[in-house]
Amino acid sequence: MSKKILPLVLGAAMGVAATTAAGATTLEDVKAKGFIQCGVSQGLPGFSNPDAQGNWTGLDVDLCRAMAAAVFGDASAVKFTPLSAKERFTALQSGEVDVLSRNTTWTMSRDTQLGLNFAGVNYYDGQGFMVRKDLGVTSALELSGASVCTNTGTTTELNVADYFRSNNMPYEIVAFEKADEVVAAYDAGRCDVYTTDASGLYAQRLKLTNPGDHMVLSEIISKEPLGPVVRQGDDEWFNIAKWTLNAMLNAEELGVTSANVDEMKASDNPSVKRLLGAEGAFGEAIGLSNDWAYNIVKNVGNYEESFNANVGPDTPLGISRGVNALWNKGGFMYAPPVR
Amino acid sequence: MSSTNLFHIRTEEAPHMAAPISTTGIIGWMRQNLFSSISNTVLTIIGILLAYWLIAPLVQFALIDAVWTGQNRDACLPQDGGHSGACWAYVKAYFPQFIYGRYPSEEVWRVNIVYALFLLLLVPLAIPSAPFKRLNAILFLIVFPIIAYYLLTGLVIGDWVVLPIVETAVWGGLLVTLVIAVTGIVASLPLGIALALGRRSKMPIIRTISIVFIEFWRGVPLITVLFMSSVMLPLFLPEGVTFDKLLRVLIGVTLFSAAYMAEVVRGGLQAIPKGQYEGAMALGLRFWPMMYLIVLPQALKLVIPGIVNTFIGLFKDTTLVLIVGMFDLLGQIQSSFTDPTWSTPSQGHTGYLFAAMVFWCFCFGMSRYSIFMENKLHTGHKR
Repeated sequence: MSKKILPLVLGAAMGVAATTAAGATTLEDVKAKGFIQCGVSQGLPGFSNPDAQGNWTGLDVDLCRAMAAAVFGDASAVKFTPLSAKERFTALQSGEVDVLSRNTTWTMSRDTQLGLNFAGVNYYDGQGFMVRKDLGVTSALELSGASVCTNTGTTTELNVADYFRSNNMPYEIVAFEKADEVVAAYDAGRCDVYTTDASGLYAQRLKLTNPGDHMVLSEIISKEPLGPVVRQGDDEWFNIAKWTLNAMLNAEELGVTSANVDEMKASDNPSVKRLLGAEGAFGEAIGLSNDWAYNIVKNVGNYEESFNANVGPDTPLGISRGVNALWNKGGFMYAPPVR
Repeated sequence: MSSTNLFHIRTEEAPHMAAPISTTGIIGWMRQNLFSSISNTVLTIIGILLAYWLIAPLVQFALIDAVWTGQNRDACLPQDGGHSGACWAYVKAYFPQFIYGRYPSEEVWRVNIVYALFLLLLVPLAIPSAPFKRLNAILFLIVFPIIAYYLLTGLVIGDWVVLPIVETAVWGGLLVTLVIAVTGIVASLPLGIALALGRRSKMPIIRTISIVFIEFWRGVPLITVLFMSSVMLPLFLPEGVTFDKLLRVLIGVTLFSAAYMAEVVRGGLQAIPKGQYEGAMALGLRFWPMMYLIVLPQALKLVIPGIVNTFIGLFKDTTLVLIVGMFDLLGQIQSSFTDPTWSTPSQGHTGYLFAAMVFWCFCFGMSRYSIFMENKLHTGHKR
């Protein structure tokens, strides 16, 4: 039902959005109110979750803070709206939030039919498998005959069916309604494999009795590129979102960190000079000041710093860079150059 | 031989024997109440076993195996592969958030004042023998909401910031639960009474409006009301006009429970014999004095259990606001589950146990108070 109603609702929303576009641009609105309103999840460990002090932390949260740093030079000029999966797109369309940074998968229908633009990918997620280490399995292709725990009625279940069938492996599905039930069943040994999005596997692993006894296999069987979303039809704001992410990636590639950004400003490397605004007027071209990227790195850090602080190997989640490493280190992360 | 052996006259009273041990004290009570027959004995044993099976693991989890102190998840991890107990250290770390949500910590004193004022005004209002009832009611129902509103949201006069603005988006935890529940309870009772009277009115327009209102709000689930108010309403409003999300929820919850309240009160009104109305009219009372002095006091007294039932239902329904992205107590607890710093196998159980205890305390309190009021007000109806 919701699938049929959603386009209608969003159609109405686009009508509203179109009328607002005639007024002020998102950047003008944001500058006038003095902060960015950022839509986040109601809690996804490592991506956007409130900590014990009530501050929002996570990879998605850092992106919004970076945008605030780019616009205002102040990473705290951002307010977070926790959104449920159902209300996230409407909230963006109705102008309730300026940017949606909420582990949202970039798909063609969302990009083209909802009046939205995806500004890039800040985390390449995908469905993975978790097994007990003592099972002695190192590859998903060795899972023939395994019983697989998963959620009912999601695409996860279909992906598993496709994967096992295409590899001619028999399997048995043990499906549950809620994520908590799936984890409990897997922990109790009712199945050999637990499958869901890889980021979710790492988060759920913490709820197991002995997290150290379990490992996430390297195979990823579906594409879930997660990224920030803005309203369609406001290219200026779209550029800011897109280049905020690119600036964080470029900073990592060029070795610019929040610790050394002040020294790097005097660097001889022309790429670093252009990024940090010592050369050229790239900030002005997207409607910001020329030290926009300097502010991002200074206040929030580059992509690597954000990754390591929120989901990296030293955090409880312990996610390795994998496909989210830079392109020159074997991953997919590739940002166009600043020039 | 001697005459004294022929007959015996007792010159003093026989000493009182203690009652047989099987009929007195704890053993007698148990024989009479727990083991009086075979079926009773079987039921007793089943009952004791059930209680043991339920309570023993709970005590084991919540008290014996529990972890009381710690800085992060390492403290609460199960030792050597066994099951871990409740992680109270996590509740302790998150306690301020469960009570205030993400209200800025330097402004939390404002919430504390509101909590204190609320208790200070509610307690004497609830004690029947306390003096100054009228003044107390005015303070509680009119002055307190205004003060609480400015204390919680902030006050800015021109450029002068008396109290910094705190948006409702950062409110959460028990604060949101109580704001919604108290507003809903206080506003829905008078609204419900008005609707109940309207539905029994002889004036067709008022009656029709009341019926349509009641049947509409009783016909839709609360979750739909909340969802419509948060997702659909912004699309219909002109650009720039935004209602506060909490305000939308408050209005939705109040109207929803008013419809239920109306039917409860109508039940009470129907139980009042026609003679009471006729007697009041014979005394020359007009409609409102008749209702205020004769009918409503009797009708409301009859339906106290129903009214409190609605209140308790409303209190628990506040947890539904999670679906529109507001964090009530339960929502705040659920959102804390996503913090990897405290993520352990026992975190979920501990959080839900804490939520259950808080909700139970409030609901049980309301229930006891309603029984107290029933006993106090019963004047000949009680069986």
